Amino acid sequence: MTSLVTASAAAAGAGPAYAWLLVALPLLGAAVLLLGGRRTDSFGPLLATALSWASFVVALPLLFAMLSRDPSERAVQHTLYSWIPVGDFQLDAGILLDPLSISFVLLITFVGSLIHVYSLGYMKDDPSHVRGEGRELTEWETSREPSDRRRFFAYLNLFVAAMLLLVLADSYALLFVGWEGVGLASYLLIGFWNQNRAYATAANKAFWVNRVGDMGVLAAMMAMFASFGALDFATVAESAPEASTGLLVLVGLLLLLGATGKSAQFPLQSWLGDAMAGPTPVSALIHAATMVTAGVYLIVRSAPIFDSAPTAQTAVAVIGAITLLYGAIVGLAKDDIKKALAASTMSQIGYMMLAAGLGPVGYVYAIMHLLTHGFFKAGMFLGAGSVMHGMKDEVNMRRFGNLNAFMKITWVTFGLGWLAIIGVPPFSGFWSKDGVIESAFVGEGIKPWLLGGAALIGAGITAFYMSRLFFMTFHGKARWDEKEYHPHESPLTMTVPMMVLSVGSAALGLILYFGGFKTFLEPVVGHAEEHHPVLPVPVIMGLTLALVAIGAFLAYRQYAAAEVPVTPPEGSWATKAARADLYQEEVNRTLFEQPGVALARGLDFADRSGVDGTVGGLSSWIASASSSLRRLQNGLARSYALTMLSGVVVLLGAMWVMQ
Amino acid sequence: MTDLPWLTILMVVPLVGSLVVAILPSAETAKQTALGISLVTLALGVVAAAQFQTGSGEQFQLVEEHSWIPQFGVSYALGVDGIALTLILLALVLTPVCLLAAWNDLEGEAASGRRVQTYFALMLVLVTFMVGVFAATDVFLFYVFFEAMLIPVYFLIGSFGGAHRRYAAIKFLLFSLLGGLIMLVAVIALYFVGPGGSDGFLVSSLTGLDIDASTEKWLFVGFFIAFAIKAPMWPVHTWLPDAASAAKPATAVLLVGVLDKVGTYGMIRFCLQLFPEASAWATPVVITLAVISILYGAMLAIAQTDFMRLIAFTSVSHFGFIVLGIFAMTSVGGGGAALYMVNHGFSTAALFLIVGMLIYRNYGSQQIGDFGGWQRITPGVAGVFLVACLSALSLPGLSTFVSEFLVFVGTYQRYPVAALVALPAVVLASIYALWMYKRSMTGPRPDLGRFVPDLSLREKVVVAPLIIALLGLGFFPKLALDVIDPAVQQTLTHVDVEDVSAPQATSGSER
Repeated sequence: MTSLVTASAAAAGAGPAYAWLLVALPLLGAAVLLLGGRRTDSFGPLLATALSWASFVVALPLLFAMLSRDPSERAVQHTLYSWIPVGDFQLDAGILLDPLSISFVLLITFVGSLIHVYSLGYMKDDPSHVRGEGRELTEWETSREPSDRRRFFAYLNLFVAAMLLLVLADSYALLFVGWEGVGLASYLLIGFWNQNRAYATAANKAFWVNRVGDMGVLAAMMAMFASFGALDFATVAESAPEASTGLLVLVGLLLLLGATGKSAQFPLQSWLGDAMAGPTPVSALIHAATMVTAGVYLIVRSAPIFDSAPTAQTAVAVIGAITLLYGAIVGLAKDDIKKALAASTMSQIGYMMLAAGLGPVGYVYAIMHLLTHGFFKAGMFLGAGSVMHGMKDEVNMRRFGNLNAFMKITWVTFGLGWLAIIGVPPFSGFWSKDGVIESAFVGEGIKPWLLGGAALIGAGITAFYMSRLFFMTFHGKARWDEKEYHPHESPLTMTVPMMVLSVGSAALGLILYFGGFKTFLEPVVGHAEEHHPVLPVPVIMGLTLALVAIGAFLAYRQYAAAEVPVTPPEGSWATKAARADLYQEEVNRTLFEQPGVALARGLDFADRSGVDGTVGGLSSWIASASSSLRRLQNGLARSYALTMLSGVVVLLGAMWVMQ
Repeated sequence: MTDLPWLTILMVVPLVGSLVVAILPSAETAKQTALGISLVTLALGVVAAAQFQTGSGEQFQLVEEHSWIPQFGVSYALGVDGIALTLILLALVLTPVCLLAAWNDLEGEAASGRRVQTYFALMLVLVTFMVGVFAATDVFLFYVFFEAMLIPVYFLIGSFGGAHRRYAAIKFLLFSLLGGLIMLVAVIALYFVGPGGSDGFLVSSLTGLDIDASTEKWLFVGFFIAFAIKAPMWPVHTWLPDAASAAKPATAVLLVGVLDKVGTYGMIRFCLQLFPEASAWATPVVITLAVISILYGAMLAIAQTDFMRLIAFTSVSHFGFIVLGIFAMTSVGGGGAALYMVNHGFSTAALFLIVGMLIYRNYGSQQIGDFGGWQRITPGVAGVFLVACLSALSLPGLSTFVSEFLVFVGTYQRYPVAALVALPAVVLASIYALWMYKRSMTGPRPDLGRFVPDLSLREKVVVAPLIIALLGLGFFPKLALDVIDPAVQQTLTHVDVEDVSAPQATSGSER
């Protein structure tokens, strides 16, 4: 069906030697800020922001150089140094620059840098010690408060560096370094206000759940090395078509496990909602625009494996379809603006995953939706942060309403993001999401009907819950106390990034669609033959738009035209289930956490009494030995001599036996 | 320069130094002298290492050989391969770090009449034995060092430890002696199956013997039990948590970070090299025990409430990985295991010593529950502690990842089931490491009602080399692997197990 061109990565001559700067610059920022101490308090945040932009500036000539080359020679690989050489395992650290990785690089550095700028304003008066539970600090303690603002920017820089390493790596092993690096940055930033115990727990949970997924990536690497003898993408791509289907399905499923962890897909999605404990710029950058999409990147990067493992590919699509509905259902019931956005992120990544599971037909839409989503979702998160900024960190949407009158810029920029995500033409999301839905309808048998149906229904639900969010926040009657709240627009450092992102929300889809993104990506993901969905394209598009219109209208009627109760109605069993994330947390706790902790405690008890006791009944023996030793004045020397003596006796006995 | 007896020098300098330190009247001078001597030893070690040639075809370099008790076939024979050399360097680097870390740890002992000088002198004696045990190329000489090590450690724990120091020290001694005695029998028996003569105990004389199969199995078991106790593997690990939690952090570092490596080192040098067929015979059992150790140690670490016990159990898990890599008998797994020994030394040192800094600040309490929110008051300590925790969970970018990854990959080549069964340890490790951090460092600022200082300059100097090593070997493991790899290949040649060669990329032989 497709011809794989990925292998050309290795063939195409020397890459640009300075590409490593992309990673090194933000990494330098993180190092300076973390090691520099309070000396860097004053200029640290600015330095971090500048270095993030510097990475973007480095990326531009790389893009132009790539565009100037023939499509078949756009992928360049550059080996940096010999990383892990042992026996047959000769692993180099190298950079792979191709249309796929440069797309990510531009997204990460551009959106990432904008969010650095936004954070300059948002974190200006970081009230971190206020956010912790507990007492007021004395003046003396306050003067010694660690500088949280500097730490924040250090972590942001660390994240950008790790994310760039993830997408630029030329092997699974180096990708994994970035993969875990972004996990670390995510952990650090979710727990940024970890003086609040619940936030510290959320950070741990994110890391642990991700580690479950990481087992998959590790096992996939073991299987790949055992079979292909290498872990770099070029060799894997070359060897995969000749490998047994069983092996490829295994590797594919293992990679999928990793992707479900990092991208918060079913069944490893439970951490993302709690991850909203992090400061809002973090939610925008890491838990919406970039890191959580790494799973999609992993799948698309592994196209040579999935294309020869149809079972694994179908599993990817099914997981995507389940998650897109799961997230949408959870999104329906959330009153916390950040958690509602998180549910929508989960759902939108479900769309990307679904597309990535469709093979060459879907890859390009997976990535396109990833890019447009990166802009509109980051924009909306920043908008949510702006609302919180003006509303004393309130996140309960039932306490919002009519904010459009007070925050014009936030309202308009958020509105563009809203139009984009629900898929109103000609805004960004329409082009990418419509592509996903159409591709889902391609195929034979019942599969296209199920996948396409899920994508279609998801679009309708998305329109409803995102419109609900938009109307509850910005329209309807004000449900906040005027004496307590004084909503106001945010400073320019915050609104300018929002405006820039909203331009992307409006126009990026159009640009990518008509700017030839499909052919740009083709050398990496392969060429898709002309395909025909099981329904005519205009019918699919018509159905989608009709569902979107119905969803948005219903939300308007209920949340803008009618009164929104400040206390949430009790709701049906379904609403309750959705509010509780469909009881995923309870399931995890009952199935894994409680038995796990009980097992650990039980083993500990057994170890102290059982194992220790059984191993030669030593406990009691030691007790008596130690008391008898204490009775001897020069106890140790004598007992030692005695032991040596008995040793010699045994020795002599042995000699006698041997002779 | 190459003719100098470098390894002997590395043993004599700290030994003489320890005598000087012991008789010095002032504790302050003793500490400074001990630190100076350990640094001189380290410098000499670096010079010695510079003589080592990675491309050499010989198994051992820096060789010294003198007849010692010819009637018994015992020689004073020293020499190192890449594995032994890296372990000796590890010991030499960690010693000054530990001495500096222990600087103020003995205030209580000084008050109760136990001499600070003795502690520092014993630490130096330990250096002599650590070098000796890794450098011995005569089986009997190895045994002598193996047993002699127990003496300074016994006193370091028993005289300078915490509340249960006596119990812990005696338990440690009894376990070790038990293993040592069993090994002694095997050592003597080995002499008789060997060629005998005045140099009958040389490793080179005993390699490649044609031993009767059942005798070989018994000999293997004799050595292996001693090494398994030392390593420590499940189910003979129970002395370690007690010993580590009763010991001073600096003692625990040398005990767990270096001395216990004698167990895994011995498996490579003696079990595999001298008894290749028995090693192959025992592999299924050993691998099972290793996998149990990995998971068991990690589970137990999760359940601990005492910092030092928790770290001790993480080591049970990590030693399981080392043994797994060794007995996978692939060049990848073996290289990973040998590198793991070095990385684990730095990682454990960072954990024990930083926890030691916390314990010192909290008036000696080792209970994790007695902390909480300390990131607010000691952000520097919290930061380096987090790095140590991340090294325990083998975060990529830190050296521990490289070695654990290699062990996994190398084990999977031959024993995929064992590798996959051990895999959940990566999740368990993240739980024990980050939960320990959460319980001690996060949460609201504690109201201690006193000033708690952040990292001092001395503490920064203690931590810096460890973190540099963790990061450096994480991104540039080649530095160590180039030295280790030939030694691993050599061992595999002795075992005569064909390495699982990676399939050629282009052949695609899977079909």
